[in-house]
Amino acid sequence: MSRALHDVATGTLFGVALNYQGLLKQRLAEFEQPPYQKPPIKPVLFIKTPNTRNQHGADVVHPGNGERLQPGPALGVVIGKTASRVRPDEALAYVAGYTIVNEFSLPEDSYYRPAVKAKCRDGFCAIGPELVPTTQLADPHSLAIKLYVNGVIRQQNTTANFVRNIPLLIAEISEFMTLHEGDVLITGTPEDRVDVQPGDTVEVEISGLGRLANHIVAE
Amino acid sequence: MKHARIHFEGEVHLAHVEDNNAVRLADGRLLAEDQVQWLPPATGSMFALGLNYADHAAELAFKPPTEPLAFIKSPGTYTGHNQVTWRPDNVAYMHYECELVAVIGKPARNVKRENALEYLAGYTVCNDYAIRDYLENYYRPNLRVKNRDATTPVGPWIVDVADVPDPGNLKLRTWINGELRQEGSTRDMIFDIPYLIEYLSSFMTLQPGDMIATGTPEGLADVVPGDEVIVEVEGVGRLVNRIVSEAEFFSAQKEA
Repeated sequence: MSRALHDVATGTLFGVALNYQGLLKQRLAEFEQPPYQKPPIKPVLFIKTPNTRNQHGADVVHPGNGERLQPGPALGVVIGKTASRVRPDEALAYVAGYTIVNEFSLPEDSYYRPAVKAKCRDGFCAIGPELVPTTQLADPHSLAIKLYVNGVIRQQNTTANFVRNIPLLIAEISEFMTLHEGDVLITGTPEDRVDVQPGDTVEVEISGLGRLANHIVAE
Repeated sequence: MKHARIHFEGEVHLAHVEDNNAVRLADGRLLAEDQVQWLPPATGSMFALGLNYADHAAELAFKPPTEPLAFIKSPGTYTGHNQVTWRPDNVAYMHYECELVAVIGKPARNVKRENALEYLAGYTVCNDYAIRDYLENYYRPNLRVKNRDATTPVGPWIVDVADVPDPGNLKLRTWINGELRQEGSTRDMIFDIPYLIEYLSSFMTLQPGDMIATGTPEGLADVVPGDEVIVEVEGVGRLVNRIVSEAEFFSAQKEA
């Protein structure tokens, strides 16, 4: 993590699940069934605890024990000032800048219960390589997002496919909980996550934000 | 001994709590309970347990879980003793949950249950309010139900592990406006504190200041603006909170 990002993005890491249209569509039929009964109404949120924080260039430990590890390429939005009950049309004024997040997880077969075991392992949230101020990124909703494993593209999408754009996420979240300076909003991972193995180099590239690299190691 | 975090004359102090809840600052000054603003005594992540009392699970029409159902709270939802919590407008059911909380004192990874208590800083109490209207079946209980601004009172203090010889046999009680509404015992917990520390630390490192809120027994009821809600865990603490309206809460915030 660059010094600037490390100094600024010190708050809570809030994740948004099911925020890519392709991913949501894949599961819609299932979401009409129990235990879900109906598709989500509000943003589907989770928290990455501080022990998950990790940096550009660092190792990510594969849990082993027959578990599967999946990278989660995501655009990170770093909050710049306290946002409580912010309207969508003013929301971007509360953003300090953008960065790349690799939101590692075990596979999510179910979204019914909080994914603590899948998502809160040590080092499961790599952030970096740097903070790009809002002034340097004209449109955060048209960015190509690519996952490379050992140099080969394995997953790609674009932030144009968000279910909710950044202003709408900030508005709906800050309606009930304040976003503080330094909090990071992880805007979602697209469909078709892939498995990675110890020895793999995993990189997430987002246009205009650089490339976030991590190395998978055995426990 | 009881350890509190308080705000007094523009500064945050770590303090000891003496008789009548008087607060002793490090510099020796002794302040009355109502002279200080009580802050949450810890500010790490909170791992809160759902359905961890068999009677409460039955009350909600759930089978007791076979694996702990943990969800996470972040510091923005905490508030201290004698503070207010807001009830959103136009909801039908907001209820309290009286809970014993274990506070982590040192990093805990792969801890066995027989050693688990060595990793504790002590115990506190929380009121894990929920707005049931907002339940959705995604990461349930979802953040809109459980991680709202100032909707998890924690405190008043942390009491030392040595001062709670049997955390598995403590009375939990909740009063609304002085009327006893919830009564249970930590004896009826499904997964106890040593088990929960072993479980969570088997896949992640618990950090100093992290908290495990161990769930609530049956006896839930709706609360409305104006209500005084007291949750108490025997031998640990008595945590007072007042419900205000959405308008009152946010207008006070604007003034602050």
